[in-house]
Amino acid sequence: MNFEDFEQPIAELEAKIEELRHVGTAPGVDINDEILRLERQCRDLKLSIFAKLSPWQISRVARHPLRPYTLDYLNRICSDFIELHGDRTFADDPAIVAGLARLAEQPIVVIGHQKGRDIKERGYRNFGMPKPEGYRKALRIMQLAERFQLPILTFIDTPGAYPGIGAEERGQSEAIAKNLEVMSSLQTPIIATVIGEGGSGGALAIGVADRVIILEYSTYAVISPEGCASILWKNSDKAEAAAEAMGLTSARLFEMNVVDEVIKEPLGGAHRDPDAIAESVRAALLRNLSELRKQGTAELIAARQQRLRTCGFVQ
Amino acid sequence: MNWFKKLLPSSIKTNGVSRRTVPEGLWTKCNRCGAVLYRAELSRNMEVCPKCAHHMRIRARDRLDAFLDRESRTEIGAGIKPVDKLRFRDTKKYRDRLTQAQKQTGEDDALIAIRGQIKSIPVIACAFEFEFMGGSMGSVVGERFTLAVETAIETGCPLVSFAASGGARMQEGIISLMQMAKTSAALGNLRRRGLPYISVLTDPTTGGVSASLATLGDINVAEPDALIGFAGPRVIEQTVRQTLPEGFQRSEFLLEHGAIDMILDRREMRDRIAAILALLLHLPVPPADARA
Repeated sequence: MNFEDFEQPIAELEAKIEELRHVGTAPGVDINDEILRLERQCRDLKLSIFAKLSPWQISRVARHPLRPYTLDYLNRICSDFIELHGDRTFADDPAIVAGLARLAEQPIVVIGHQKGRDIKERGYRNFGMPKPEGYRKALRIMQLAERFQLPILTFIDTPGAYPGIGAEERGQSEAIAKNLEVMSSLQTPIIATVIGEGGSGGALAIGVADRVIILEYSTYAVISPEGCASILWKNSDKAEAAAEAMGLTSARLFEMNVVDEVIKEPLGGAHRDPDAIAESVRAALLRNLSELRKQGTAELIAARQQRLRTCGFVQ
Repeated sequence: MNWFKKLLPSSIKTNGVSRRTVPEGLWTKCNRCGAVLYRAELSRNMEVCPKCAHHMRIRARDRLDAFLDRESRTEIGAGIKPVDKLRFRDTKKYRDRLTQAQKQTGEDDALIAIRGQIKSIPVIACAFEFEFMGGSMGSVVGERFTLAVETAIETGCPLVSFAASGGARMQEGIISLMQMAKTSAALGNLRRRGLPYISVLTDPTTGGVSASLATLGDINVAEPDALIGFAGPRVIEQTVRQTLPEGFQRSEFLLEHGAIDMILDRREMRDRIAAILALLLHLPVPPADARA
């Protein structure tokens, strides 16, 4: 199992418990009490470590290699997922998955960034960094959702748009901008859920929504802490300080009204119990969806526009 | 020091300071061709080098001043000022950076929006002030731009914007990212009203500004040789680990790849944009300008 440095004490304790279990299976040894005691200790340890994670540590939980990704959620919360491919212009971008599905029987459209689990898949998914064709695929399928009056659920989990030569040649900027404009008045409900990293324009390009939900240890920011550090501090080693300053945690985002709801994660983070977090996400999506369905389309768009219009702090 | 300099008597030695240094203010040098230029002449030429036509950066007010008719101008959103919601601090406090930028530029923030006319066609024009924290877009820029769009809608005027920006203002965190959505949403409303939006991309237009309001024009125009792109060239080079092609992310590259409609010389911007607007609005051919 992969562990971040601040998870190390948990890892050690868990290894010890595992070891004891092996011993415990030997005849004539009873160490159940000891195991129980250690498990309680492990739980307390998780509680105390996760109660005071710094923003930088939270950023690392958000990109934890074991954190559930879009398809992990879709497999757990949706049925009948039918993936759709391609932007009809240039290519299919595996960094964004999109398709038709059902959520509690209701037909919906799902769109999300997708990261890879092993080296091969990471390459294939380009680490969840979309290219213009990814945004254009998302746009095409969002417009399809609008035509067939299907609500859209998006799942945000990307370090950001891919900074590559081809991506620039094919108009990365315009692809993102177009999505922002179209989503702002798309005639169907949109719910965006930040399940991991909400990285900059690459995240926002599928993030303009009627409801924005975030998982407790997800982040959403204008630039990565490393990027911010290298620009403002001229030193990418200052990522920790940058993460602190940027206000990228779920609690700060909620304070600033950028997100509407924070979903509590299982103890130790979503990767410790993917089934439990998927169930929480499913419940939140169903609840928000039924609220949005009560609104007429005109009312829905007016509220979405108002939300965008009033975003900002000036004097 | 080479052998020849060693032989020189100290009375005629130079101490290494370049004799090509010119007095502050009166003369300047083209940063492309190196020609020594008379400051006042350069400014009359809209900061375009008379020798090599290199487009240097121009202040937002000077640009709008040259672009709009002299008569009937009103500024939009002038009273709006930035606030430091995050109490952001990097190597310097955001508040101090703001104060410094305000002092240095005489502006409250990085966008100026004006309701005026171009060859008697009513228009809303706005321009980014790059000298103000790299023309970065935070809440004030987003709000002023949105007000400019709304004024265009209310008065039924076209909108022209001149972008010059490094992108979103990191010191305002996520709120700066959201300004991309806010401005793009406003432009969607303008588009639905059937009012023209001409976006002029100038050096440099990158990041969050490029990925929102700057690339959404009905007509996208660029000035010659401007750096335009989403990711900065340095970041791309580090990511892809190969040398970038010649002219990558320059206006000519964008024209070739279909991202912009045309490249216009700054000195003909007013004439050409007036002509475009007149065509889109079914107006007669605008008169030639009396001014040079």
